Amino acid sequence: MSLSEKQVSQIAYLARLSLNEAQLKDNTQDLNAIFSLVEQLANIETDGIEPMSHPLHMFQRLREDVVTEKDQSALFQSIAPKTSNGYYLVPTVIE
Amino acid sequence: MHTKTIVELSQGLKDKNFSCVELMQYYLNRINQSDLNAFITVTDELALAQAQVADDKIALGNASILTGIPYAHKDIFCTKGVKTSAGSKMLDTFVSPYDATVSQKLNQADLVMLGKTNMDEFAMGSSNENSFYGAVKNPWNRLKIPGGSSGGSAASVAGGLSCFATGTDTGGSIRQPASLCGITGLKPTYGRISRYGMIAYASSLDQAGPMTKTAQDAAIVLNVMAGFDEKDSTSAEQKVPDYTSNLNDSIKGLIIGLPKEFFSSGLDDEVASNIMLAVKEFEVMGAIVKEVSLPNSAYAIPAYYIVAPCECSSNLSRLDGIRYGYRTKDAKNLEDLYLRSRSEGFGEEVKRRIMIGAYALSVGYYDAYYLKAQKVRHLISDDFKKVFEQVDVIMGPVSPTTAFDLGSVKNPVSMYLADIYTLSANLAGLPGMSIPAGFAQNLPVGLQIIGNYWSESRLLNIAHQFQLQTDWHLKTPQEY
Amino acid sequence: MEWETVIGLEIHVQLNTKSKIFSAASTQYGQKPNSQACAVDLGLPGVLPVLNVEAVNKAIKFGVAINAHINQRNIFDRKNYFYPDLPKGYQISQMNRPIVGEGKIEITLSDQTKVVGITRAHLEEDAGKSIHDMFDDDTTIDLNRAGTPLLEIVSEPDMRSAKEAVAYAKKIYTLVQYIDICDGNMQEGSFRCDANVSIRSKGQKELGMRAELKNINSFKFLERAINLEVERQQDILEEGDKVVQETRLYDSEKHETRSMRSKEEANDYRYFPDPDLLPVEISDELLEKIRQTLPELPAQKKARFVAELGLSNYDADMLTLQRPLADYLEIMLEHHASNVKLCANWVMGELSASLNKHKIDIQNSPITAQALSLLISRISDGTISGKTAKDVFKAMWDSEDNADEIIQAKGLKQMTDTDEIEAIVEQVIANNVPQVTQFKSGNDKILDFFVGQIMKLTAGKANPKQVNELLRNKLS
Repeated sequence: MSLSEKQVSQIAYLARLSLNEAQLKDNTQDLNAIFSLVEQLANIETDGIEPMSHPLHMFQRLREDVVTEKDQSALFQSIAPKTSNGYYLVPTVIE
Repeated sequence: MHTKTIVELSQGLKDKNFSCVELMQYYLNRINQSDLNAFITVTDELALAQAQVADDKIALGNASILTGIPYAHKDIFCTKGVKTSAGSKMLDTFVSPYDATVSQKLNQADLVMLGKTNMDEFAMGSSNENSFYGAVKNPWNRLKIPGGSSGGSAASVAGGLSCFATGTDTGGSIRQPASLCGITGLKPTYGRISRYGMIAYASSLDQAGPMTKTAQDAAIVLNVMAGFDEKDSTSAEQKVPDYTSNLNDSIKGLIIGLPKEFFSSGLDDEVASNIMLAVKEFEVMGAIVKEVSLPNSAYAIPAYYIVAPCECSSNLSRLDGIRYGYRTKDAKNLEDLYLRSRSEGFGEEVKRRIMIGAYALSVGYYDAYYLKAQKVRHLISDDFKKVFEQVDVIMGPVSPTTAFDLGSVKNPVSMYLADIYTLSANLAGLPGMSIPAGFAQNLPVGLQIIGNYWSESRLLNIAHQFQLQTDWHLKTPQEY
Repeated sequence: MEWETVIGLEIHVQLNTKSKIFSAASTQYGQKPNSQACAVDLGLPGVLPVLNVEAVNKAIKFGVAINAHINQRNIFDRKNYFYPDLPKGYQISQMNRPIVGEGKIEITLSDQTKVVGITRAHLEEDAGKSIHDMFDDDTTIDLNRAGTPLLEIVSEPDMRSAKEAVAYAKKIYTLVQYIDICDGNMQEGSFRCDANVSIRSKGQKELGMRAELKNINSFKFLERAINLEVERQQDILEEGDKVVQETRLYDSEKHETRSMRSKEEANDYRYFPDPDLLPVEISDELLEKIRQTLPELPAQKKARFVAELGLSNYDADMLTLQRPLADYLEIMLEHHASNVKLCANWVMGELSASLNKHKIDIQNSPITAQALSLLISRISDGTISGKTAKDVFKAMWDSEDNADEIIQAKGLKQMTDTDEIEAIVEQVIANNVPQVTQFKSGNDKILDFFVGQIMKLTAGKANPKQVNELLRNKLS
């Protein structure tokens, strides 16, 4: 299996990254090298093995339904790139 | 002064040999004169203010062992009012509006933060060369890498710029730089220390820990860092013992497992002989050594380099230039805002891992990559389970080589292969340590000790006993 | 060609918890922009989610109420996509192991019932809101809603008409309010429907290509949007073209649906288990406890109203549609077990009409169930007539006074003194001889004339029944 530059460019877009021509070339090469390393996973027998998404066998703890957060919007927006009247701003989204 | 451990500095402060403010001035001075590039931010004013508070407490006799001890905080922990960059241009402007639980705990212990340490961007790297703020130099040889991703933390402790430092370990990021810089580093069991406020790289693998001069210091710091946190669903409701209380236990009869896979080809001969000498030392102390096997450990690299990128590709989606962080100038539209902010804000390695993850999770590839990797992870974890039925701890090298030359490894795959011995402990969630165990090519070699879940006390005990018998941990670099 | 419509609904129910599903920020509606978006809701670097126990309990409640399978081990996944009102760049949802599995629900259409399958119901977090028309060059983002708990209820494609879809949606709407997991406020977006609509030629087995209609926030619009979409698809197929699978936005003002295809393009949500959250385990004990404490459900209540109270199917249906309405009636019945029909009529008639007119919820009715009860008592015991009662009701609506106080103050008490009424009856008969002749010659209708005259003289206080009897006696 080998990733084409077109595929890599689609993957980049999926992750909202843009690559120039040189970056696209390099990344295609690197990704192919990495995935050929990963290919060895295919040889391992894993029938009947549960995927392990957590290292610990614990269950989710549940939080009481209590409001403890206060309005900190002024502090939070002090580090925002663009705000107005308490809103975050982004370039107009056309639907 | 900068060679002193926590225990020694604490005694000095208590005996009024020096004040905490003097201690800080001394350290801040060293940091200013240092060429290691270990810090991203030096918080001198804050440090002096905290030092004053500590001095007052000491004067009133309200001091604990950690009161007024200067430490360096990895720039991955959110610190309220202080820039928290995670080594990324993306967060160069991010002054955190809140404290990580670990930051809070360290503050409450009256520790004094000297600054935030340099690191591989978002903790992705094994050499600390992937930092927006430039590479960190190894105090033992300034042409060498310090290891990563907690390279700044390791260099600050090894270079005498802080008494201890915090680190995080997702695939070896505490143990490997500790090894390459000749200090003591502990990655606890997953869930031991809260991840709240620790900028996530790979959530199911990330774990914070102390980086110190000695195992005893590590125990003292772990006492403060560890504990259940209701803000972190993955933190364990497991009691925190006093990690210093078993340090002096005998290790006679300790059964050490040496996985044969950890001594395979690729391991530097000189590193290997250092490790074997260290193991011999344990035998002299009464330990029993057994060869064991972790048959799937070779697959830790491919499994890790799927799981971690998958999680990171999602974890880093929040960096979009909208609510905080880097935002490109004059975006034409929303699409442009996303694409340019993220492409300009992230470094090459981060982008590479985001793409690996995005691809491995996408429709049609999920089963073959993500799911397969998580199954293999289960096999790796089961290997450990079986081995821990026969032995108390596992020992081996941390890194296949000593610190390599800055700029010498350009190929990502070669860089990934250097993590071979550290990744499996993260995949399984097990605690692991690196302790100084000799020198090869005039550079430090670290011994890795991996224990069963929640065995931090035992690991620290074993490390401490070793440090009572050896002086590797006392060695300091020439330029110091 | 004869077409068959196939509809499946995805209903987003905002759960009425105090705090958000993964943070301790308030879920209150209509607050200052971003004032309820805490560090977790904003997706600041390093923050982590912790699951709200009530969100879980309410989801289980729903599952139990529809007799669905409950996944006692369920898992949260991340759904990854970029949008400005989705702060983390992923939505925490449940993909492979939702909390509620298969169930079913019965709907009633005029006189026939039908079973609609429910595929699943899963917990997820709501997104914030993008406002596109506040500024020219910028879209504004308010993240107060981000993190509000949602239960997404997904039906099987079992509905065959817009009417059935509406009946199903209403059924769910009633149920979620009954079991107190949603406030039902559709204007505020507490209950939102997406409809998957396709058509196929009658008799065909396979489903046609479907379109997903989004952004529907009333039952009226649901019906209109579906009918509109069915027409659109019929036109396409009859032209010999193909329907494309896409998402369409319903615009209620223009009464049209618009394709949102551009947004859907290249969307690959890359679901995977959220590593920040652990599997949720629901114990048998908790399940049993929730089952035990489940309130009487609408279907059960309706059946009881028919069987025990003797209400008609229609009345029982109307009265159980909203739980507060049923609760209101039940409070009244504590005082009037014998006069069920009268109570029911007043609740569905005068009370509902006034509430509708003033756009007031029954919970906030100015006339409480107890107050209305007293008024009904005065009808039953003959103190006032039903007609007068309507005036008393109006006065009660506008004042704090109770029925007795108003009857007293306005002197509305019915004349019950037979002698007094008899005198007036006799007077009216004496003064209207021609009409008496007409009555005697068989014009029964003329009786109303006499009643009218008597009521005029008594200012409406005479008991009409009594007047009628007296008149007939005297005239014959």
